[in-house]
Amino acid sequence: MSNYLDILLYIQIGLSVVCMYRIIIGPTIPDRMVGADIFGILVVGICAIISIQTEKSFILDIGIAWIILSFIGTLTLAKYLTGKKLNE
Amino acid sequence: MLTAIFITIGVLFNLLGCIGIIRLPDTYNRLQAATKCVTLGCCSILVGVVFHFGLSDASTKALVAIPVLFFASTVGAHALIRGTYHFGIKLGKKSVKDDYKETIK
Repeated sequence: MSNYLDILLYIQIGLSVVCMYRIIIGPTIPDRMVGADIFGILVVGICAIISIQTEKSFILDIGIAWIILSFIGTLTLAKYLTGKKLNE
Repeated sequence: MLTAIFITIGVLFNLLGCIGIIRLPDTYNRLQAATKCVTLGCCSILVGVVFHFGLSDASTKALVAIPVLFFASTVGAHALIRGTYHFGIKLGKKSVKDDYKETIK
């Protein structure tokens, strides 16, 4: 069981590396932002699998905080893309 | 056992979403495929966490994380794709219909 979850954890970490690939080679600015947004969601899955393996519950807190910070970051980048200032 | 099934389904959906990030030709297609698949996959992984811990503090945290993840990722993707359209990125060559252009006039 634990060995099987190890394999799934490695697959999940490899998928976040795929998002890094899109951030590096993305032809335009919105492509890079898409990679950053999806990376923030994938980290939550990594935190959940690690919390099962170590039997500790505070790692899920890190996941929840990461979702909220990633959401605020995505909204800020989207506001930048529309060409407005942050206070209008 | 139920934990392994749900986490396997979640990782499979994440894998399909990341194949979509690499393969699809257009920014809009990439964001659409990736957001749907990855959101459902991570929610499925969190459901697996709930089944593993039973009734405890960790399962409560996972149950709180599921709706937060659902609403945050979908609202963020909507804002991002609206910003992308206003930034001036064109649709792909195989796209046939653009209803938003008449809406924002």
